[in-house]
Amino acid sequence: MPALKLENVYKSFGSVEVLKDINLTVEDGDFVVFVGPSGCGKSTLLRVIAGLEDATKGDVFIGGEQVNDIPPSRRGIAMVFQSYALYPHLSVKANMSLGLKQEKQPKDLIESRVQKASEILSLNEYLDRHPAELSGGQRQRVAIGRAIVREPKLFLFDEPLSNLDAALRMNTRIEIAELHRTLSASMVYVTHDQTEAMTLADKIVVLRDGRIEQVGSPMELYNNPANQFVAGFLGSPAMNFLKKKDGQGGTIGIRPEHLRVAKKGKINGTITHIENLGSDTNLLVRTDTGEPLTIRMFGQHVMAVGNSISLTYDDEQAFEFDAKGHRVN
Amino acid sequence: MNKARHNKTNVIAAHAALIAYTLIALFPVFVIVINSFKTRRAIFREPLALPNADTFSMVGYETVLKQGDFFLYFQNSMIVTVVSLFFILLFGAMAAFALAEYRFKGNTLMGLYLALGIMIPIRIGTVAILDMMVATGLVNTLWALILVYTAQGLPLAVFILSEFMKQVSDDLKNAGRIDGLSEYRIFFNLVLPLVRPAMATVAVFNMIPIWNDLWFPLILAPAEEVKTLTLGSQVFIGQFVTDWNAVLSALSLAILPVMALYVVFSRQLIRGITSGAVK
Repeated sequence: MPALKLENVYKSFGSVEVLKDINLTVEDGDFVVFVGPSGCGKSTLLRVIAGLEDATKGDVFIGGEQVNDIPPSRRGIAMVFQSYALYPHLSVKANMSLGLKQEKQPKDLIESRVQKASEILSLNEYLDRHPAELSGGQRQRVAIGRAIVREPKLFLFDEPLSNLDAALRMNTRIEIAELHRTLSASMVYVTHDQTEAMTLADKIVVLRDGRIEQVGSPMELYNNPANQFVAGFLGSPAMNFLKKKDGQGGTIGIRPEHLRVAKKGKINGTITHIENLGSDTNLLVRTDTGEPLTIRMFGQHVMAVGNSISLTYDDEQAFEFDAKGHRVN
Repeated sequence: MNKARHNKTNVIAAHAALIAYTLIALFPVFVIVINSFKTRRAIFREPLALPNADTFSMVGYETVLKQGDFFLYFQNSMIVTVVSLFFILLFGAMAAFALAEYRFKGNTLMGLYLALGIMIPIRIGTVAILDMMVATGLVNTLWALILVYTAQGLPLAVFILSEFMKQVSDDLKNAGRIDGLSEYRIFFNLVLPLVRPAMATVAVFNMIPIWNDLWFPLILAPAEEVKTLTLGSQVFIGQFVTDWNAVLSALSLAILPVMALYVVFSRQLIRGITSGAVK
């Protein structure tokens, strides 16, 4: 039985349609990431699943049950928010147990679940503190703990890492991945950060302008993007796009790591910027036809801005798109 | 204070302006209080002089406490002010929450309609209000005043509070909904504590005009047992003779309760929004 099923979901605010014909199945135990640029409707979709917004049209099924008219608290979900959204007047323990108290669960069950969750998240020392006395990372752990104690059918994460600094973001990302393994729970995760999507997901759903562009495992999407948008969105640095010379408006896409320096290559240009990362070197090049390119080379290289450079790539590693951005090869 | 951004001249200039303003604002109060402790002759001879051994007199306060039922007037004013503020804050916050939180048809229109009351003075409707109060038998009750003041205070309260409620994190309210809190508990337990400073502002804005109002007590509740303090003090102001000692003493006494209320509200103002709820 799928953990989540969306059938022909539409959502409009007034005359603005923000979700158009969304169809999606999340299998039990899957970690699914919604990714897309801001304004693509991914957060709205999450809120429709949570029941915080009603779908204008279409059906939402959670654990096989149609939940269109069921309030958020009885959908068997738990949600972690970007801004943590902890109750400021309650202690960490009370924050975590409020949902179960509202469900009128017995006290010893609440106690044991809070105990379990705080062990998983190493929050034991902080149970009596208030949110104001915690750091950002700790607050986000409490927010995750508040979701865990409810043992939901489906976890929803709404950009949970975007308020954390870079180092903490990576740690928490790993913690969430481990959490998914430990609990083997179904999770839906919204982010605009393609790195988070690539590293966490079993299945990535790429959204643009309220439509699903492509669904698949991270490597499927990376190696076999359906269109120019997906190709350009996943991968960092982003894929290079060069105009085809056939005059039909087509585009060739080459990933930065598939370009290499050659004596006499297919593309000639000038180096405009160099990023030395130690393990990698990123070169920004302007081609002789005036198009920007990024090249990613492993290791350290001595180059100079302003030098001319010649580049080549293997044709089988290049993607071809037509004028509308659809994949052709 | 940050030295890089504040040089001495600026600090002195700012303080000079603030101190000057404070003096100007407090001067009338100061004059009323010192003169309330002087003999009638001294009040007129040297209004700005402090009371000394010769001119000191408590005769004003004695008159006030003997004449009429001054404690009752106090009590009436207090009841009217506190109950009106309670209703203004309760209903104002509820309406503001609905306007800020829920999308429904005519939301904006309703907001504008409620804000209209800020621009139209309620006294224009005095005759109609009196008619209604007579018809409902509320004339000469404190309820007449409480209802009118609540109506008078609501527009501004809704206007200010809805702006503040829009700033309360959606995530927090949604977290409450997912945890199964009712909309009432979200409103009372999550949202209200976070807009407390705004509530205090609204309370302070409304408190003074209600406490000082003479118009509605005179028209709607002039009976002895429901007289407010401001109306009660009028007995000392005659057409030909005014008992200045008593008037000044009554006014001095009238300052105290408002000051107490102000201290209560301003502490909320200063305490600020509870941190830690959202980033």
